[in-house]
Amino acid sequence: MSEPDKSLFDLLAQRGVSRRGFLKFCATTASMLGLPPSMSSAVAEALTQAARRPSVIWLSFQECTGCTESLTRAYSPTIESLIFDAISLDYHHTLQAASGDAAEEARAQAMKANYGSYLLLVDGSIPLGEGGAYSTIAGHTNLSMLKEVAEGAAAVVSIGTCAAFGGLPMANPNPTGAVSVKDIVQDKPVMNVPGCPPIPNVIVGVVAHFLTFGALPELDALGRPKVFYGDTIHDRCYRRPFYDRGLFAKTFDDEGARNGWCLYELGCKGPTTYNACATLKWNGGTSFPIQSGHGCLGCSEPKFWDGGGFYTALSTPIQPVTGAAVTAALAGAAVGAAVAFGNQSTKGKAKAAHTKVTIDDLEKA
Amino acid sequence: MSAMDLLLWSRGPGLAIAVSIFAFGVVLRLFEIYSLGRKADLAKPRVNTKACAGATVWRRMLPDMHILRRSPITYVAGYLFHFGLFVVVFLYAPHIKLIESTLGLSWPALPSALVDLVAVLTLISLVVVLVNRITDPVKRLLSGFEDYLTWAVTLLPVLTGYMAYHHLMFPYQTMLALHILSVELLLVIFPFTKLMHAITLFISRWYNGDIAARKGVQS
Amino acid sequence: MSASFERGMAAFREVMDSPIASFFSSCVHCGLCAEACLFYTETGDPKYTPIHKLDPLKRVWQQEYTLLGRLGALVGLSKPVTEKELEQWSELVYDSCTLCGRCSMVCPVGNDIAYMVRKMREGMSAAGVAPEGMIGATQRAVTLGSPMGVKLPALQAQIRAQEAETGLSIPMDVQGADYMVLLSSMEVMNFPEYIGALGKIFRQAGVSWTLSSKAFEATNSGIQIGASDIAAELVQRIVDAAEGLGVKTVISPECGHAFTAIRWEGPNLIGRPYRFEVKHILEVLEELRQAGRLRTQGCDERPLTFHDPCQIARRGGVIEQPRNLLKSVASDFREMEEHGAMNWCCGGGGGVSANDRAEELRLVAFKRKKGQVEALGVDTLVTACANCRIILEEGLEHYNMDVEVVGLTELVAEHLIEDDK
Ligand code: SF4
Ligand code: SF4
Ligand code: SF4
Repeated sequence: MSEPDKSLFDLLAQRGVSRRGFLKFCATTASMLGLPPSMSSAVAEALTQAARRPSVIWLSFQECTGCTESLTRAYSPTIESLIFDAISLDYHHTLQAASGDAAEEARAQAMKANYGSYLLLVDGSIPLGEGGAYSTIAGHTNLSMLKEVAEGAAAVVSIGTCAAFGGLPMANPNPTGAVSVKDIVQDKPVMNVPGCPPIPNVIVGVVAHFLTFGALPELDALGRPKVFYGDTIHDRCYRRPFYDRGLFAKTFDDEGARNGWCLYELGCKGPTTYNACATLKWNGGTSFPIQSGHGCLGCSEPKFWDGGGFYTALSTPIQPVTGAAVTAALAGAAVGAAVAFGNQSTKGKAKAAHTKVTIDDLEKA
Repeated sequence: MSAMDLLLWSRGPGLAIAVSIFAFGVVLRLFEIYSLGRKADLAKPRVNTKACAGATVWRRMLPDMHILRRSPITYVAGYLFHFGLFVVVFLYAPHIKLIESTLGLSWPALPSALVDLVAVLTLISLVVVLVNRITDPVKRLLSGFEDYLTWAVTLLPVLTGYMAYHHLMFPYQTMLALHILSVELLLVIFPFTKLMHAITLFISRWYNGDIAARKGVQS
Repeated sequence: MSASFERGMAAFREVMDSPIASFFSSCVHCGLCAEACLFYTETGDPKYTPIHKLDPLKRVWQQEYTLLGRLGALVGLSKPVTEKELEQWSELVYDSCTLCGRCSMVCPVGNDIAYMVRKMREGMSAAGVAPEGMIGATQRAVTLGSPMGVKLPALQAQIRAQEAETGLSIPMDVQGADYMVLLSSMEVMNFPEYIGALGKIFRQAGVSWTLSSKAFEATNSGIQIGASDIAAELVQRIVDAAEGLGVKTVISPECGHAFTAIRWEGPNLIGRPYRFEVKHILEVLEELRQAGRLRTQGCDERPLTFHDPCQIARRGGVIEQPRNLLKSVASDFREMEEHGAMNWCCGGGGGVSANDRAEELRLVAFKRKKGQVEALGVDTLVTACANCRIILEEGLEHYNMDVEVVGLTELVAEHLIEDDK
């Protein structure tokens, strides 16, 4: 874990990252955040200072570690992962060397030392079912630990869709009673950084923003930083011209697929998904799902697991309607038969009441 | 309820409910109509009426030239918005996908940009139709609440679809949800309003053609 | 018994059928039917929009024959039809509709509006809101045998006059004749030359024919006023006479509504098919002409045009025959722009001519025909319906137009090859 006595530069240098490389990273991060180039030195300063605290506590609940993997187990060790490694990450199951009581002790210490100013990062959802028994750490339920740690936090960042919106654990029928961080923490600024997992640059970017400005960046209605979640994938997708021209791949190996046509009909959820994949891309800007030929799953959106099949088009129903329609039509026939019967009897009565009209019946009495 | 919840509801239960009411209503209405019966015509017909009645069903798609001259707005705007609705509903790729997923039928789509243009034309012609309805004395006399309701419910899906496509007013998810909901509203009121004409006109034209053909006239 | 609102409402319920339900369900309130109706086009008054004339009937259908309408009526969402409304609608249903069926040809959703007006009149007459003039005509038709009060002695007098003029004998009550000829009292009283013309034509063609003293009147006021029971009685008289004489074919006179009554409505009114055929006189003449049994000579060289009687053309399917006949005896036949199945009504059909209170409106509506005739610059107007003929003559006179109206059958008779025995 972090070694507060060493400067960030030393740490980076130890792992083969030059000062120049670091400054370039800061400039990129600043521009990612939509900051003017002049701000890159402020970012650099904040990050180097971060190496000597304020501290960051990372809690992992019902999660798959994918978010951490995204950050640290990238194709090649990135500055992103190193930064996290280097800044004052005082508690993180997966990354910290300490375990058991020692780890918990570290958390308590960090909280105490930085009460009111530390940043809390959470990945994973919080199970409320069975009194929270579905996930506990050191005997504490996720709920109690979250509440405890959130209390002293300056701000909370939900990393990944599980923490932000409940994610996979909350998918129908939600067996563990999973909820999102925001459902629990309501008296603190909470920022959502959804994605399954989120793009590593985005995680670092928002943390850098907090460290630089001491506040969260501007958020959208779902608590997501607008800088990264302001546009849909579809808006920024390089296959968009094909969509507009109505050229769609119908299968994953047809001519359209080979020509790089739009994947809408193969289930791409790009149009309803707000995320930065199409611009920042993954693995150091190498590619993103659509570029590799697979539609967007919509992973940064609430309930993306329950939004119908990943391979069925966005415009299709997410539950079959034919059965319901047939039942309803049968009901219509039944009620219709009753109405028909009523109509017949109304008409029949009128007929029965008919007395022959003669020429004396043409004038009123 | 978040936009995504709304969207999921509209794509899931909402759609199932709307389609069910639609199916229920259409079947009910057909029962209502056919239950009244029709006496067999005992007068000897001049011709076999089936072919003529069938022809009437198609012929009534075309205007009578003199009436067209007398009421060009009704025809031009009317054709335009019906044609437009046909194009945007049936020739836009996502819609075809929807039909394919429920009925298993599919056909080629038009370029989205073209459908977009047609949507604009449809909206314009719908506005013309409304202005005409309000200003034309005959139409105004014939019109009631239902006529304005059906107008609005026909316009909304096109408008929301257009707005969703262009990301106007609301985020796409919200607009898409509103779009789907507006279509569901249309499905729900369809059987119980004059929108039902889309189905019953085939029955009416058939009767009309049959009545005329018995007398040897192609109507 | 007498007419009452309740009987009228019951009749509305009784006439409602699938076509009506489908038509009302289909109407999109586009108003195009108005553009086809001369009562609207010539007055510009929207109340004469064809479908609007059916509003009370529509509401009865909605409130009593649809689930939603019934629920709506239960909770007071729709107001029931009142007697006062039926009185108001009397003008629309009788004075401003000749049952010409032009609107039925243009409605984009295919509504047969004239069909519905005919049905609606059943309820209107039962409710006692039919116009006085038509009630009188109907009563005369039943009691005297003709709406104009023409009785057998009057016919016999006209026959004698025609026999004197043509030197032919007009057969009456001939058992087993091929054809039984029907007349309209309009013809008997105003255009008796029709009888003489028939005599000449049939003699040349060698047709065996007869009139019936029991049933010579073909017009049917019962249909026009909308009283099917009475209409059935009038048709029954003809059927009894024709089947009594054992004729093969009954010939409907030129009169259009008579043709509709005897050809199309008759079997349905009496509830069984006939044991004879019914043909319009123009159909018979054209058959004879094509068979070479009707030979004419010379041509009328005046510029002339043909007015299609609605019930014969649009509602009767006799469209080509008059044209062929006319072309065989006229060299300058000019067609009106809208003719045949899309002709414009003279304004006096469907009982309007018997309805005195409609006269003013009828003359306004006549402007349509006036315009059509003027556009052609003809001085002769041929037609094939005694009722149209009277209405046309009245209208032309009213507008001071110097145009002669001629019956087609008479015109053909004038050109028969005389010495051909
Ligand atoms: S591939 Fe997906 S995101 Fe890209 S244009 Fe097509 S639908 Fe939109
Ligand atoms: S039948 Fe003729 S007169 Fe009657 S409403 Fe229709 S167009 Fe007018
Ligand atoms: S033309 Fe047909 S649809 Fe239009 S208002 Fe008349 S009856 Fe209704």
